[in-house]
Amino acid sequence: MLKLNVNGQDREIDGVADDTPLLWVLRDELKLVGTKFGCGIAQCGACTVHLNGQPIRSCQMPASAVAGQKITTVEGLAKGEQLTALQQAWIEHDVAQCGYCQAGQLMSATALLAKNPNPTEAQINEFMAGNICRCGTYVRIKKAIKAAAAAGKGKA
Amino acid sequence: MNADMNLDTLVRDLVAGFEGEKAVAVSRRGFLKVGAGAAGGLVLALSAGLPSDAQAQAGPGGPPPIPFVPGAYVRIATDGKITLISKNPEIGQGIKTAFGVILAEELDAKWSDVTIVQADVNPAVYGTQFAGGSMSIPMAWDSLRNAGAGARAMLVAAAAKQWGVPESELTTSDSTVIHAASGKKASYGSLATAAAALPPPDVKSLKLKARKDYKLIGKRFTGADNDKLVQGKPLFALDVQIPGMKYAILEKCPSIGGKAKSFNVDEIKKLPGVLDAFIVEGTTPSKNVMQTAVLPGVAIIGKNTWAVFSARQKLKVEWDHSTASKDSWTDYVKQAKALSTKVQGDAVVKATGDVDKALAGGKTVEAFYQFAFVSHAQLEPQNTVAWYKGDSIELWAPTQLPNQAIVGGVVGLAADKVKLNQMRVGGGFGRRLLNDFVCEAAYLSKAINGPVKLVWTREDDMRHDSYRVGGFMAYKAGLDAQGKLAAFNAHMIGFKDTASGGTSTASGISANEFPVTYVNDYRASQSLMPLSMPVGPWRAPGSNTMAWVQQSFLGEVAAAAKKDHVEFLLELFGRKAGKGQDGADQMPGMPRQAGLNPDRAIGVIKMAAEKAGWGKPLPKGHALGLAFYFSHQGHVAEIAEVSVDKDKKVTVHKMTVAADVGPVVNLSGAENQCQGCVVDAIGTMGLEITMENGAAQQTNFDKYPLPRMPVSPEVNVHFVQSDFSPTGLGEPAFPPAVPAICNAIYAATGHRIRTLPITKEGFKIA
Repeated sequence: MLKLNVNGQDREIDGVADDTPLLWVLRDELKLVGTKFGCGIAQCGACTVHLNGQPIRSCQMPASAVAGQKITTVEGLAKGEQLTALQQAWIEHDVAQCGYCQAGQLMSATALLAKNPNPTEAQINEFMAGNICRCGTYVRIKKAIKAAAAAGKGKA
Repeated sequence: MNADMNLDTLVRDLVAGFEGEKAVAVSRRGFLKVGAGAAGGLVLALSAGLPSDAQAQAGPGGPPPIPFVPGAYVRIATDGKITLISKNPEIGQGIKTAFGVILAEELDAKWSDVTIVQADVNPAVYGTQFAGGSMSIPMAWDSLRNAGAGARAMLVAAAAKQWGVPESELTTSDSTVIHAASGKKASYGSLATAAAALPPPDVKSLKLKARKDYKLIGKRFTGADNDKLVQGKPLFALDVQIPGMKYAILEKCPSIGGKAKSFNVDEIKKLPGVLDAFIVEGTTPSKNVMQTAVLPGVAIIGKNTWAVFSARQKLKVEWDHSTASKDSWTDYVKQAKALSTKVQGDAVVKATGDVDKALAGGKTVEAFYQFAFVSHAQLEPQNTVAWYKGDSIELWAPTQLPNQAIVGGVVGLAADKVKLNQMRVGGGFGRRLLNDFVCEAAYLSKAINGPVKLVWTREDDMRHDSYRVGGFMAYKAGLDAQGKLAAFNAHMIGFKDTASGGTSTASGISANEFPVTYVNDYRASQSLMPLSMPVGPWRAPGSNTMAWVQQSFLGEVAAAAKKDHVEFLLELFGRKAGKGQDGADQMPGMPRQAGLNPDRAIGVIKMAAEKAGWGKPLPKGHALGLAFYFSHQGHVAEIAEVSVDKDKKVTVHKMTVAADVGPVVNLSGAENQCQGCVVDAIGTMGLEITMENGAAQQTNFDKYPLPRMPVSPEVNVHFVQSDFSPTGLGEPAFPPAVPAICNAIYAATGHRIRTLPITKEGFKIA
């Protein structure tokens, strides 16, 4: 029996192999399909989730290794209907094209702003370099991060 | 510029794939159908024929009958909610939003009342439903406007009847019919039931809005699915889960065409979570380029994705390589270099004047260019959920070209027994015009007699891509005494398909390629080497590489002539030789319009130069490069601003894009496509797929480094919003980007990049 804490909820999963990456437990067992599979070798960032607030690549992390720790997925960002400033900025700036990578992008961007609420262009580039957008929406991802950072100024 | 010829062939193929021998006879006149909705509202189906002049071309001895191109549905519920239906696949090109905007404009709907939903795959209602060739907008522009205007006309007629006033006294705005004289107003929702009972209007009676009256078209709209996307809601085929579903992988021979002889079946079947494992014999390949066979291999079926992925790591297959490709990129490069010494290739595609004579005297410029195969690498790996039910099959697939006949053929079912659900597609770039993965899932579902999700790994995806074909070009140009381009010789060294002998997809040179007709002495010829690796359409097929060789070389010629590059291109297009070359780019089902239009070319070149500050002082070490290309009916000029450091690291600081695609439908989406094309182009300059023994050597992103945020420049997009009917933007901003950057690298360093990827010349994108 695997015990995970996902988006604030304790979940118990039966019958998965110990080496199963967190990605596939989230997707196949918990039906949290917002986290995406892109490369399987931690190169593209489509599978990014938070482990205790830190971004990790869930395709390379055995679920058994994170039992009991706090996992957040894209489904856990909004508080009910209330989208985060980044999610709103993503909509406002019409970031997505195909949209497949965007959950991973948002998870990385959320971790960035949590750590550094007012990042420079260089800091954004460096932090976000682990996430590939094949459609090339980087121009807009940057814009949305800057807009969300500006919106968050003065807030705790 | 006209690499699009290749596309034309592809489109004919795919249309033929749909229509088969039962090409639908097309009524010359469009018609509207109407019915009562389930909720008692108005359901308007518009099925409009193609523009009549295009129809008229399709007479006896002309091109094949243009298939029936129906329009979209408009549904208005009695509570005022408006549902607009987007018939074509959404692959990231933003068509779902754009189609909604066009419909809502003519309907005169309030945007906040509108929800856009994806149509089912249903050729009887929607005709061909595909996303390719940047054709969705031009093919649907008229029919969608008519659908919106038709629904509006019926709502107006219902109000006129209700109030006993002439229709001419009524206006509409924000989903409301208004009678100004009496002050009466009625919402569309309140009129929907009465409108549904009226006879539908004749398309010819519809009055479409003048451009100056647009309230929605041309404004910025965020994507229809953005709210769901940012919350990780299930939208993609990979997200589909149905009760009792099993999971599958299909291991195919790394060398294309090899067959599985045997594998360690006993060991695999004992692994945890594995339910079955067996050899797949495959199916016979179809002759149609867009119709693909199920390749032979080994299937593993399991209870979840990881069970089949991890079992696969223990798979030991003995392959029969006797039928496998032996293609080698190293060998092709050697052969091409030898062939390039000939001024004329094996086949002359187009010749005017006497190019050999013209090149014998005066100043000439020569160059040899080489570009690599590349992969599509769309981020969502190929996958499909298939549920074979004996007498029918249902599928959920990320396809650009949903095709019930192809899928049904694999499992022995007629097309009408195939229910195909169009899912949001996690990147297309042309790869998903092929339905191989859809066919595989159907095959496996029948084999296990139940629902199954087939998931390709990234390695599957890059080993079994339909690659962008590589190629080579040997150019020679002659200048007259004034330094003007006077003679042009192009010898393309490309590929032909080993099996069919025909030119490989997007390879070769067309008879319409620029600068034909702009110089008197011109020759385009080609020599084709046999290729068995699968190649297929890749974003702006043909154009994306032809633009690079041609516009780089014209940059070389301008430099040799000591001319300013902008002035050089303006002089060339100023000859206006191509004006009126109608039909050069005509594609089936496209509204008829001229091909490359020199005035539009001049317009975007001037705009790009002005916006980029051409000729003005730049930061130290920065240089500009220009390119123009016409593809997919779009005229696009781009100017790159770059710097190159002592280690040959290239930084693209800024790209200025000037595009003329007629009126822009969704300004936000249009800019996004151009920005994305630029980033894609920058990344692709550094990428290659090499093959040895018929197998791709790069199989994941560690060896195929897609562009990341740090290389993404500032991209400024400008539109010449001409009055030509609007055309698509998924592709035409890609082709000019690479030559613009290479021309800028030359301006910065004096080094001419003649090989892609640029890493072959010691350069890299920083």
